[in-house]
Amino acid sequence: MEGECRASQARSWGLPAGGAGGDSPGGDAPLPGSISSSSLLQAEVLDLDEDEDDLEVFSKDASLMDMNSFSPLMPTSPLSMINQVKFEDEPDLKDLFITVDEPESHVTTIETFITYRIITKTSRGEFDSSEFEVRRRYQDFLWLKEKLEEAHPTLIIPPLPEKFIVKGMVERFNDDFIETRRKALHKFLNRIADHPTLTFNEDFKIFLTAQALEFSSHKKQGPGLLSRMGQSVRAVALSMRGVKSRPEEFMEMNNFIEIFSQKINLIDKISQRIYKEEREYLDEMKEYGPIHILWSASEEDLADTLKSVASCIDKCCKATEKRMSGFSEALLPVVHEYVLYSEMLMAVMKRRDQIQAELDSKVEALTSKKADTDLLTEEIGKLEDKVECANNALKADWERWKQNMQNDIKSAFTNMAEENILYYEQCLATWESFLTSQTDLHLEEASEDKL
Amino acid sequence: MEQATPDPERLWQPAPLEPLSHPDAGLESMMTENNFSLKKIEISVSEAEKRTGRNAMNMQETYTAYLIETRSVEHNDGQSVLTDSLWRRYSEFELLRNYLLVYYPHIVVPPLPEKRAEFVWHKLSADNMDPDFVERRRIGLENFLLRVASHPILCRDKIFYLFLTQEGNWKETVNETGFQLKADSRLKALNATFRVKNPDKRFIELKHYSDELQSVISHLLRVRARVADRLYGVYKVHGNYGRVFSEWSAIEKEMGDGLQSAGHHMDVYASSIDDILEDEEHYADQLKEYLFYAEALRAVCRKHELMQYDLEMAAQDLASKKQQCEELATGTVRTFSLKGMTTKLFGQETPEQREARIKMLEEQIKEGEQQLKSKNLEGREFVRNAWADIERFKEQKNHDLKEALISYAVMQISMCKKGIQVWTNAKECFSKM
Repeated sequence: MEGECRASQARSWGLPAGGAGGDSPGGDAPLPGSISSSSLLQAEVLDLDEDEDDLEVFSKDASLMDMNSFSPLMPTSPLSMINQVKFEDEPDLKDLFITVDEPESHVTTIETFITYRIITKTSRGEFDSSEFEVRRRYQDFLWLKEKLEEAHPTLIIPPLPEKFIVKGMVERFNDDFIETRRKALHKFLNRIADHPTLTFNEDFKIFLTAQALEFSSHKKQGPGLLSRMGQSVRAVALSMRGVKSRPEEFMEMNNFIEIFSQKINLIDKISQRIYKEEREYLDEMKEYGPIHILWSASEEDLADTLKSVASCIDKCCKATEKRMSGFSEALLPVVHEYVLYSEMLMAVMKRRDQIQAELDSKVEALTSKKADTDLLTEEIGKLEDKVECANNALKADWERWKQNMQNDIKSAFTNMAEENILYYEQCLATWESFLTSQTDLHLEEASEDKL
Repeated sequence: MEQATPDPERLWQPAPLEPLSHPDAGLESMMTENNFSLKKIEISVSEAEKRTGRNAMNMQETYTAYLIETRSVEHNDGQSVLTDSLWRRYSEFELLRNYLLVYYPHIVVPPLPEKRAEFVWHKLSADNMDPDFVERRRIGLENFLLRVASHPILCRDKIFYLFLTQEGNWKETVNETGFQLKADSRLKALNATFRVKNPDKRFIELKHYSDELQSVISHLLRVRARVADRLYGVYKVHGNYGRVFSEWSAIEKEMGDGLQSAGHHMDVYASSIDDILEDEEHYADQLKEYLFYAEALRAVCRKHELMQYDLEMAAQDLASKKQQCEELATGTVRTFSLKGMTTKLFGQETPEQREARIKMLEEQIKEGEQQLKSKNLEGREFVRNAWADIERFKEQKNHDLKEALISYAVMQISMCKKGIQVWTNAKECFSKM
């Protein structure tokens, strides 16, 4: 199984970047694989020698990540590093570094929109330079995604953050919203860069490098809106067909996707709810501490104890805030990305089914009509190749995706558990020191009686 | 447990946390009086039972009865023997307390637990029949009895003794004391509060303090209830992870076990909040006791104001009578009087009449002076006794509230430790996925 995988991987690498599947495989020399890890991005951040073993470069210290807004919020636990490295053929060096930052608002007579700065650093030969800086807006990202889907209908394209977030959004350009979106866009581009096939896509390259005019003229090429609409109508008609003759392994895959999608959506909802409840808890706690200070004003003997309690509560509030921010940075975006991924997966499944259906309809045509058998047979031959390629591409990408998913989910939840442990440890220390201070001062009532 | 001392004057602190958290703890107390035998007794409110009966209007009602058990402890072997056991309902406790308020106005009378559940957060039932509420009330009633029993003065009261020992007829006995008639009317008290000119400064301060205490503790309890509500929410939502992880684990091969067991820990986490918050209710009850004590403090202040006002009125009355007398004697009318007016209108009175009046006034003045003297004495004695009890109360309050705050910290520590354990276990499961 693994051997097959590898062979098909070599094949897909050999395909000309941006070409649609279906042509015979191109050159067999595997292009340098890329490691889907952020460790080498860390290398950039830490300014270390690129040749260094990426495991050494890794630093679990979260503060390093915070220091630099460039670092993507990808799993950085040692375990996930090891797992990711295992599944790549050759742990070669990453040669494409992308960051998304500096959102800027642009106002025109027709509309207001935000652009993001995209900085690309690369050592690849096919790039004209080693550094690029461009500005792109959300629409442009959408365009890129569509082009990638067109070129690789059965590869799992990374998801984009949503166009709008319906609930709780007052203003499209709220700061939190922009920041969340920026991080997601950053992740989006990096996931593409890490993908063994997509990273060499021509449109991707243009997206990263073309300046404004060149870019907009390039966008205008390619199938127009109408033809795209026409395609999707056909697609719907065909997709039903594809489902019937789906091979076993893809039935399993589909089943997984359906259940996964359900569960991840639930987890997303639960996680959002937890965040909300914690926020409300924090708000109440913030009021709770000061009451003790107020009380201490009318007391004499009790004043110190009351003030101590108030300060403990305040410290716990700060610990809660920290826990919440950890939660919203590590867990929520990851879970949400996989919610979007699950939608993506369903679309990929559909596209695969469509390709299969195309073949099936031609085969049916062959068996029913006797006319143009030669032409049909030739078409069928091409379609059979197309189907095989599509299936193999999906199979390989599926394994890769699953592995990534496991790692991402695992680290996100491990991280959440760590944040909680830290939170409780901090609160514990606070209250324990309060207790010792009280019993030091008043020896007659030992706390040991109570414990 | 603290030992009873033979000296009733000694200020005695009960251990209030024990009664509130250990239902069967008693307190040794000594009752010395002419009829009462000198022995150590333990009091506990050990059970609560739902009963139905007929009320005063012959309508059926449901109420809760509480079993009060009194045990005497033999000096030598420390064995306790059940001496009395009877059932009382909340209204009888109220009757006892009202009686004590009337007969001991200079004492800060311990408060009863709340009649209706207040400061509830959503989970806690506000229903008086709810078993949790009944249980907490049982503990509160026991605490009340223990406080009375350990008070150097209140513990000697006969009605209190009978409350513990005489089941039948107790209500009649209390009513026969006629204490309701002796009670100061609220209106009178209110009037005095407004009009008193020279109350003891310490009582004014005490009144302010009790107002502040009441206000701040109410506020604290309200916010605490809201915090509890939110905390409950946070914990319980995590429980949902448990269910979803479990369902998800069915489709995963490598991740499945880790997910499943992590889910189990999420369930543990979610259910741990119930015990945590139940403990916190006991803490809230300790604060509530002092919330209600604030009212008891105010009652003592009111009594002082009433007595002081009474004294001031008596002095004023005496002064005016003296004035009248003087005027009659000297024949000068300096102040307005009805007699003066009528005299002017209807003619002078005879010398005999005048003499009679002067004599009457002189007698009244004599009486008035006696009364003023005794009122003065009473007033000063009241202030002295009340202030002694207030000092005792202050010490008790500082001790108890500090204990309560420490116990709050202990609860938080326990909660944190549980949290660390659960999340450490969960983290292990996650890392094995």
